[in-house]
Amino acid sequence: MTSQPVRFYQVGSFAVGNRLFDKENRTVQSDPHRSNSLDSGHRACQGCGEALGARYALDAAMRATGGQLIAVNATGCLEVFSTPYPETSWRVAWLHSLFANAPAVATGVAAALKVKGMQDVRVVGQAGDGGTVDIGFGCLSGMFERNDDVLFICYDNEAYMNTGVQRSGATPPAARTATTEAVGAEPGNVFGQGKDLPRLAMAHGIDYVATATVADLHDLEAKVERAMQFHGARYLHILVPCPLGWGSAPNDTIRVARLAAESGIFPVFEAEHGEVTAVSPIRHREPVESYLSLQSRYAHLFGEHGRPDIVARIQAIADHNISTYGLLEEQAVGTGSNETSP
Amino acid sequence: MKELPFAITLEVGSSHANRTGSWRVERPVYVDRMPPCNNACPAGENIQRWLYEAESGDYETAWRQLADDNPFPAVMGRICYHPCETTCNRAQLNEAVGINSIERFLGDLAIERGWPLPRAGSDTGKRVLVVGGGPSGLSAAYHLRRLGHEVRLVDSAPELGGMMRYGIPAYRLPREVLVAEVERIIALGIHVELDHTVHDIESERRNGGFDAVFLAVGAQLARRVEIPAGDSSRILDAVSLLHRTAEHDPPLLGRRVAIYGGGDTAVDAARTARRLGATDAVIVYRRNRERMPAHGDQIEEAIEEGVTMRWLSTVSRFEGDHLVLEKMRLNDKGFPEPTGEFDELDADSLVLALGQDTDLSLLDEEPGITIEEGVIEVSPAMMAGGNGIFAGGDAVPSERTATVAIGHGKRAARGIGAYLAGQILVDPPCNELATFDHLNTWYYSDAPRTRRPELEQARRQSTFDEIFGGLTEDNALFEARRCLSCGNCFECDNCFGVCPDNAVIKLGGSARYEFDYDFCKGCGICAQECPCGAIDMVPERI
Amino acid sequence: MLRQIEGSRAVAETVARCRPEVVCAYPISPQTHIIEAIGAMVKSGQLSPCEFINVESEFAAMSVSIGASATGARAYTATASQGLLFMIEAVYNAAGLGLPIVMTLANRAIGAPINIWNDHSDAMAVRDSGWIQLFAETNQEAVDLHIQAFQLAEELSLPVMVCMDGFILTHAVEGIDVPDQSDVDAFLPPYEPRQVLDPSDPISIGAMVGPEAFEEVRYLSHLRQLDALERIPVLAGEFTESFGRESGGLLHCYRTEDAETIVVALGSVLGTIKDAADARRAMGERVGVVGITSFRPFPHDAVRSALSRARRVVVVEKAFSVGFGGVLSTDIAMATHDDDLTIHTVVAGLGGRAITQHSLEGMLVDATNGRLERLTFLDLDHGIIERERDRMTATRRSGPSAENILRDLGTVASRIG
Repeated sequence: MTSQPVRFYQVGSFAVGNRLFDKENRTVQSDPHRSNSLDSGHRACQGCGEALGARYALDAAMRATGGQLIAVNATGCLEVFSTPYPETSWRVAWLHSLFANAPAVATGVAAALKVKGMQDVRVVGQAGDGGTVDIGFGCLSGMFERNDDVLFICYDNEAYMNTGVQRSGATPPAARTATTEAVGAEPGNVFGQGKDLPRLAMAHGIDYVATATVADLHDLEAKVERAMQFHGARYLHILVPCPLGWGSAPNDTIRVARLAAESGIFPVFEAEHGEVTAVSPIRHREPVESYLSLQSRYAHLFGEHGRPDIVARIQAIADHNISTYGLLEEQAVGTGSNETSP
Repeated sequence: MKELPFAITLEVGSSHANRTGSWRVERPVYVDRMPPCNNACPAGENIQRWLYEAESGDYETAWRQLADDNPFPAVMGRICYHPCETTCNRAQLNEAVGINSIERFLGDLAIERGWPLPRAGSDTGKRVLVVGGGPSGLSAAYHLRRLGHEVRLVDSAPELGGMMRYGIPAYRLPREVLVAEVERIIALGIHVELDHTVHDIESERRNGGFDAVFLAVGAQLARRVEIPAGDSSRILDAVSLLHRTAEHDPPLLGRRVAIYGGGDTAVDAARTARRLGATDAVIVYRRNRERMPAHGDQIEEAIEEGVTMRWLSTVSRFEGDHLVLEKMRLNDKGFPEPTGEFDELDADSLVLALGQDTDLSLLDEEPGITIEEGVIEVSPAMMAGGNGIFAGGDAVPSERTATVAIGHGKRAARGIGAYLAGQILVDPPCNELATFDHLNTWYYSDAPRTRRPELEQARRQSTFDEIFGGLTEDNALFEARRCLSCGNCFECDNCFGVCPDNAVIKLGGSARYEFDYDFCKGCGICAQECPCGAIDMVPERI
Repeated sequence: MLRQIEGSRAVAETVARCRPEVVCAYPISPQTHIIEAIGAMVKSGQLSPCEFINVESEFAAMSVSIGASATGARAYTATASQGLLFMIEAVYNAAGLGLPIVMTLANRAIGAPINIWNDHSDAMAVRDSGWIQLFAETNQEAVDLHIQAFQLAEELSLPVMVCMDGFILTHAVEGIDVPDQSDVDAFLPPYEPRQVLDPSDPISIGAMVGPEAFEEVRYLSHLRQLDALERIPVLAGEFTESFGRESGGLLHCYRTEDAETIVVALGSVLGTIKDAADARRAMGERVGVVGITSFRPFPHDAVRSALSRARRVVVVEKAFSVGFGGVLSTDIAMATHDDDLTIHTVVAGLGGRAITQHSLEGMLVDATNGRLERLTFLDLDHGIIERERDRMTATRRSGPSAENILRDLGTVASRIG
């Protein structure tokens, strides 16, 4: 019997911290001196995935840049709950202009830094899915096409939450929103492609595109870190469950995000120069029902008058993702960052 | 104060004025739950804690934590039937953590490196007599010394160890390991008197001026049944077979040996017989395998070594060169009933392994002690009578394993300590059990269990060499890190990281965390995402 | 030194001498020549350091300017017409955030019907956005106003829009003096932002402000515009000292001392109006002219003072508020606040229609004779209006008016298809 290499510690790299990791392998979030870019006192709902995702991403970016960071924010929940006069929750230099223009404003910030020879200061633009895939898409596409030195982060909670949960171009099929009610023969949102923004970003040929969820912190931070190694336009799409809009329990935020990835409904991958280079393999595959049934926006699919036919169509989408991206361990392109050597 | 445009531009840190804690209807609180391994350990080990130390590679601290409860890690790492592993929550995920093998690794390392046990406590002036030098007596002596009591340990045998020496075969417990751990205990300053049989406890106590007594006399008397047998039929008991084998004076058994009984002793006897040259070692047992009291891994190992089984059979008589067996069947309640059908089994000798009894004649003159079904009734503090007589091990009602005996010894030492201080032993309140449903198992890595190297079959059937080797350091470390730390914070930082409101304060070191209730909104993500179930949500006070 | 040079080119060179650090460009006539020229100067290295960014829309152009300005860079862009409307949300935002962006507005009509020629509808559409709006009468003034605009914007931390008539000025080649770099440098200090995005001293810019403070924020913007009313004449004076010519200020008066009738207007049409006034004076009518340079902030006191002795005021406007009337006229009425003063609104030059001296003189004759109505449209073809209104009355599906009128006029476009 040969000895097994000691690869992990109990929770390996799945949990936030690990007392046996080297300092450089530890997450930013495990550091008691992390930036807390988004500070306490913000007015996000209980269990807000976006608040969590924003702190995860910006703290990682702060570490990657040695604190030399400016953030530009689109209008939306993140902006409203973080900066109601007279209180801001941001500890980073932060600018909010409008709903649709965050990518362009970020371009302006980057241009100013360049002209001043301050390219060590890096720029992050951030928006929800509405500000990214819908109203902000023109500016975003322009920023991508010009390859401006901006990391743009979409915190995707799959609808317009700030205005009361209306459908966006990122709302998934069958989901109930205030403008796609769960009534009629085809309850909830229409079936279709939606806007697959990571793919659209890749089509611009920019250096780096990745998806992540708030359920896998190591992966998320690694992607921010990687993104910061490039100069030019980069895009990170983070799934952030919204307890209010999704009708999930506030304490289930991370669980729901995890099930989105584990069911294959939200493929977690990264791409460089337009090509997928790595995927985060599914550890324990779950049927989409496990994911859907935690959310009241899909309540009409279950129970006595449930719609197993629609659940099956959603499952087919997940299955397609799994085969397209090779999300099952044995067929995975890359191994992700789940097993980090201590 | 910077001069900033009014209202549209805000200063860092201003959100701290908004105490979002007022939103909360439930608050998270940190809890410690009882890990199932600790709960199941008869020796009362804090298994999870010593695994935690081992996980970081600090084996000495791990061993010290372990030896704090149990002075026999190397022995227990070999012979314990590890009920901890049976209840281990990881078994529901894939396979139980190999606690026993890590215990052995730590025990062997301690012997190799010569780590000493903790020193004796400062002298209390009290004297305690321990009767019996088996696991229970030695454990009691160890803990009594640490409490600062003077200990006199007497045993009727020429060597210490009790059943660990005279009952458990060397292939399971090499004698040098036992000796090393016994000597380490004795080195704490225990007065030992061997070949000394106590006949009357009261006079022994009075003559020695002892303030308390711990009886750990074991169960040495083999239970016999009358089996009609011819003159030439050779019948002996397992206790003496194992005892004599341990003393390098094995009895002659012949080529074909039948062992009658279904406990671990029967299995030990059969495996010993194989090693003494028996070509056939057959266990005859009146029920079936499922109902056999011997531990499953022991049965499997025996079968691997060529021991065979006759289930549902009783020995009717021994006729010269063969046994006559009556076939049995199990009734509705699982009890064996005779069928009237008979069978034969060739045998040169028959080893009876039908259980053991305790010789309690030393208590004949002692008032106030209750003996039921051949064992001594004791209080929760292991006290047998009102005047400072305590008892433990095989001599009291309980499962008869060395681990249980060690636990008795520790408990009795505490009971005696309380008694000598004029107090009553009070157990601290027990935490709620950390059951599997408390865990968020997604976080735990999928780690297959590490196997111990095994001795090849040929040598297992002919020698008393130890069957199982120890783990390498890498393997022990790997195995320790499979621990889920059920119910107790192991500082994975999940709560600290997953809080959307930064309302968890990381205290650092091993001081764990605190909630910042000024900002905690009570969303409960921390509790939900705690891998080990160490956070509870409780309703907020009005 | 005077050079024969296109207005756009002169403005571009002047802007370059103001050392903008970030210039955004999105093409729309008639401002394209300005950003084309600046782009070339950046690309050649003549203007350095400067980032020239070709964006995907005017909305992005203003947004990039916002980001750059908030990061402490001197930011400039130019637009017109539909482009201004497309960026209007960001126009308001830049003012609300108090970012000293300078933008050239090459004034042009707004569709539909689409029209690329000059009027002032675009500038009027953002009248209330919080920007300072300065109107250039000539290309020389356009050049000079840009230098003052950067100074004013950065001093007050407010954005400034320099309005110059599309084509009439932007595409006119004439003798213009583009100031030397050294003179501009001496006049215009480097940009010292009032607030800036700085990782070493982070702040949050762009908070959500509720009812408890919004009105105060707005009032503070108003006060800053009132501050501008103080600063604009001072700056103009300083400019005159440095450059030796008069440019800018709140307004220009021409022969108003004894004028009974004063014509008020914005931009390049003032030249023609002055010619008409001269002609009427030759006929013995006491006509004067007031050109408003600072439309926002609006110089109430200066206007009241300039018009205090007039009996009637004729406001010639290249824009109007549909369903109401003149925009500038309303402001004049508010400023004068004199019941004895008759104020006429003459809407003229919409969509680039030439405003001729002849028509203006005719209008002034009417005014002098009391025949001018309170709201008139100069050179309006009443025949066309009648025919189209008849058509609309006769048939429900009368078709689009613009195309009908073109057909009536028998223009080339109407014969296609």
